[in-house]
Amino acid sequence: MSTRVGVVVFPGTNCELDMVRSLGALGGDARTVWHGESDLGDLDAVVIPGGFAHGDYLRTGAIARFSPVMESVSAFAAAGGPVVGICNGFQVLTEAGLLPGALGKNEHLRFICRDVDLRVETTTTPLTHRAQVGSVLRIPVNHFEGNYVCDERTLAELRDQDRVVFRYVDNPNGSLDDIAGICSEGRNVVGLMPHPERASDAILGSADGVPLLESLLTPASVPA
Amino acid sequence: MSDTGLNNDDMFSGVPLHRQLGLTDEEHEAVVALLGRAPSDEELAMYAVMWSEHCSYKSSRTHLRRLPTEAPWVLVGPGEGAGVIDVGDGLAVAIRIESHNHPSAVEPYQGAATGVGGIIRDIFSMGARPIALMDPLRFGRLDDPRVRYLFEGVVAGISGYGNAVGVPTVGGEVMFDESYRDNPLVNVLCLGVLPQERMVLARAEGEGNLAVLLGAATGRDGIGGASVLASAGFEEGDDEKRPSVQVGDPFEEKKLIEACLALLEAGLAVGVQDLGAAGISCAASETAANAGAGMDLDVARVPRREPGMTPVEVLTSESQERMLAIVTPENLDEVIGLCDRWEIRSAVVGRVTDTGRFRVFNGTFDALGVAGSNPPPPGGEQALIPDSDRAPVADVPAGSLGDGPVYDRPLAPPADRDAVAADDPAPRLRAAPGTNDDCSNELLALLSIPDIADKSWVWHQYDHQLFLNTVVGPGHDAAVLRLEGTQRGLALSTDGNARFCRLDPRTGARLTVIEAARNVACTGAQARALVNCLNFGNPEHPEVMWQFSEVVDGMREACVALGIPVVGGNVSFYNESDGSDIDPTPVVGVVGVIEDLAEPPPQTALRPGVSIVVLGETAEETGGTQWARSHGLDGGRPPAADLGRAAALHDLLVDVVGRPDVVAVHDCSDGGLAVALAEMAITGGVGFTVDLDAVPVAAVGSAGADSGDAVPTGALCFAESASRVILGVEPSGVDEVLELAAGAGVPGALVGHTDATEGAARLVARRSGGGGFDVTLDAATEAWRRPIPDAVGADLAPRV
Repeated sequence: MSTRVGVVVFPGTNCELDMVRSLGALGGDARTVWHGESDLGDLDAVVIPGGFAHGDYLRTGAIARFSPVMESVSAFAAAGGPVVGICNGFQVLTEAGLLPGALGKNEHLRFICRDVDLRVETTTTPLTHRAQVGSVLRIPVNHFEGNYVCDERTLAELRDQDRVVFRYVDNPNGSLDDIAGICSEGRNVVGLMPHPERASDAILGSADGVPLLESLLTPASVPA
Repeated sequence: MSDTGLNNDDMFSGVPLHRQLGLTDEEHEAVVALLGRAPSDEELAMYAVMWSEHCSYKSSRTHLRRLPTEAPWVLVGPGEGAGVIDVGDGLAVAIRIESHNHPSAVEPYQGAATGVGGIIRDIFSMGARPIALMDPLRFGRLDDPRVRYLFEGVVAGISGYGNAVGVPTVGGEVMFDESYRDNPLVNVLCLGVLPQERMVLARAEGEGNLAVLLGAATGRDGIGGASVLASAGFEEGDDEKRPSVQVGDPFEEKKLIEACLALLEAGLAVGVQDLGAAGISCAASETAANAGAGMDLDVARVPRREPGMTPVEVLTSESQERMLAIVTPENLDEVIGLCDRWEIRSAVVGRVTDTGRFRVFNGTFDALGVAGSNPPPPGGEQALIPDSDRAPVADVPAGSLGDGPVYDRPLAPPADRDAVAADDPAPRLRAAPGTNDDCSNELLALLSIPDIADKSWVWHQYDHQLFLNTVVGPGHDAAVLRLEGTQRGLALSTDGNARFCRLDPRTGARLTVIEAARNVACTGAQARALVNCLNFGNPEHPEVMWQFSEVVDGMREACVALGIPVVGGNVSFYNESDGSDIDPTPVVGVVGVIEDLAEPPPQTALRPGVSIVVLGETAEETGGTQWARSHGLDGGRPPAADLGRAAALHDLLVDVVGRPDVVAVHDCSDGGLAVALAEMAITGGVGFTVDLDAVPVAAVGSAGADSGDAVPTGALCFAESASRVILGVEPSGVDEVLELAAGAGVPGALVGHTDATEGAARLVARRSGGGGFDVTLDAATEAWRRPIPDAVGADLAPRV
């Protein structure tokens, strides 16, 4: 049976159909979950996709964390369920306290949409267990606020606990320690700025996101 | 001030109200004659805005009729929210282009942002999901700080709105010329896809049906945008026009897109129209007039953003992110429920009648038989009190607002036309030192002209990938999108060339159309439809109207010859500042269909070890070229626009670019052959060696006379003769490609090859008698990539 993935949609989210389409193409059973829903049903994994939840007004992700669905997502994560936040979804997860740190404005204060090279730093997460440590993936970024920041203690923890999941080969936004993605202490919650779904088909220029999406769809996705 | 909010007291200004609103005395008399009485202030305000140049096309309509608009695949032609064509498999494509020039000149971020918002609404009001935007932009010179403010503001506005609303920006153009210093051009094209059965038109059909206003509340922003801002030129003190610019909210628009598409998918709307120029006056009266019906509108039921707004302000407000849906009373609850679900406001504001009249009430008609199902309007209970005896504040024939005056304005060619044409730059370019022997420095200089230089600083700020359709994005001849659910693809290009149009508007327009069609053909697509955005100066200047008429004729000739119907367009007049008109700038968008998009089509980048083939002939055509203008020479005639040659080349390209041995394709336009070759080398990171003697040449130059001897080296490199394309071909495929070209009657030749490997490369082109160019790949790359980031003080993005 294919893996059931819920893709959370806030008003203003815009990457949900891309996520459903690319997971579906890999055999996943993806469906959208409206932000007003509080019952996640029998999902195997949750994705919070990119976009501009609630217009990114006030601060990216700041309003979205109060949506009813986030309580269920938090409970799902607390029970060890895989939760992946991409781009705006990463921002929402940091606002909701499911991941440490925050995403500030890009160093050069402009939106940036282009391919970047991304190094996989750990494979003990639900998004990377089918990738290779040290492999370099070409995946697009598409954000204004992707500049990862955290305090020194958090950074030390992220490093010591092998929780930096991806680093930029050539930092596009000023992120601390070239961080492009991190995971939670339990390793089941992953946030990253780049969009693996945009690199899911060679005709789009790269299929390097496929191993990541396949990781999420593989039943053994909860790491040891 | 009267209680209508209008300053209708002549005592102070001495200027009658109708003139303050932009109506001429004759137009005012026409309103009086058609109503049989003096208009109320509300009526006058509506006529002023609906009969403005921007809304009524009163100066252009008589000319636009000459454009060809029909083809078997055209489902909806000009005159609706968007043109719609059949693209097979039950799918249709909706496409439209508009200008937002004046708002962007006054407030660049919001002007550009709301231009994006407006064009997107035109597309989804037809039932189509907007999937792509393109932005053809024109500014003054980048060494002017105010120009840089406009440039950066417009780009930020497009990025800020387009990215957040969730429609990818897949291409466009950015050009710089002194002509646009105070009056930048911000044109926006949007393309959408729809299942044909979901298509809906702006029709208010069925007496008793309800007009429901969806989306944002109405404020005082954008009042008189169409009449005050869009239909007059710029003079000193125009900061006062800033309140006429609207403010955009992409989040509201995103919700509105989803709600409207859900509404149409469920078959809940009889008709839909967006509120754009002239706001609710236009949307309500036009939907009624389109259906031959009438409409009663109650402005008191329009949700307001602020208290104290007068009926005139509500009627003419251009607040963004609003749509008018016509629904049956039975469906109203479902419509309201659906709007609640998407968290957008909905309010019943009117009712379709069979009177043929557009009547406006101010809180004096009953709740349309559906009392209680609608939130009480601002103004409270009083607005709900039935009082059908009270007179409407406006009562006019519904069709009369959209049926404005038509002017056949005087035309006259510019007095200096012959002198400009005779001022051929070719002799001086022949004589100029360094232009005909070693052209290396000329090439580097042309690569760094902002028009030609790399624009990735601009489009890296645009989300160009959303929806996973973008097979070829910005920075190429045309964008290519896959058409979800089919094997087919769409190719899309926007082009304009004021350099040629100012010398000869008719030929310039032909060249503009064939360049856009050629860009689309470079992807292997068949061109299917064209939309135009006609940016001109003051139509009251006979020279401007002459340019306009010539452009329409040139466009007609090219579209007829190439079999491309015009499915929509927009006219932007009054692009002038301090009495000086912009150069005539028709911009076109062409969409084509690729039948089998299994692989990405070949793109600009060359690769090592391939042969270089040139298709099409080069003549000593230097008038209006980037090369001539870089030497301060701006006279002469544009290149010849041979439509038969263009058609033959485009047909050939559709056959050739699908071949697996054709690995790179690039249109040859600004900066000529040398610049096109350099761009192919830079993007591919590979050097080349070209024999310029092998380039196919035509003996007749732009002056129309036999040039007597061979085309000089400089012209060979930099002339902008039309209908030329460069191919990168696997060596084994060259003979067959050239045979196909010969069979199609297209001159073609093998001119050289790329290096066998990447790295330490040079771009070399030589003639047997000496001359040509020889530059390092690094120098060319630097010259091409640096200018835009340097001008705005940005770092270069790393190459990936």
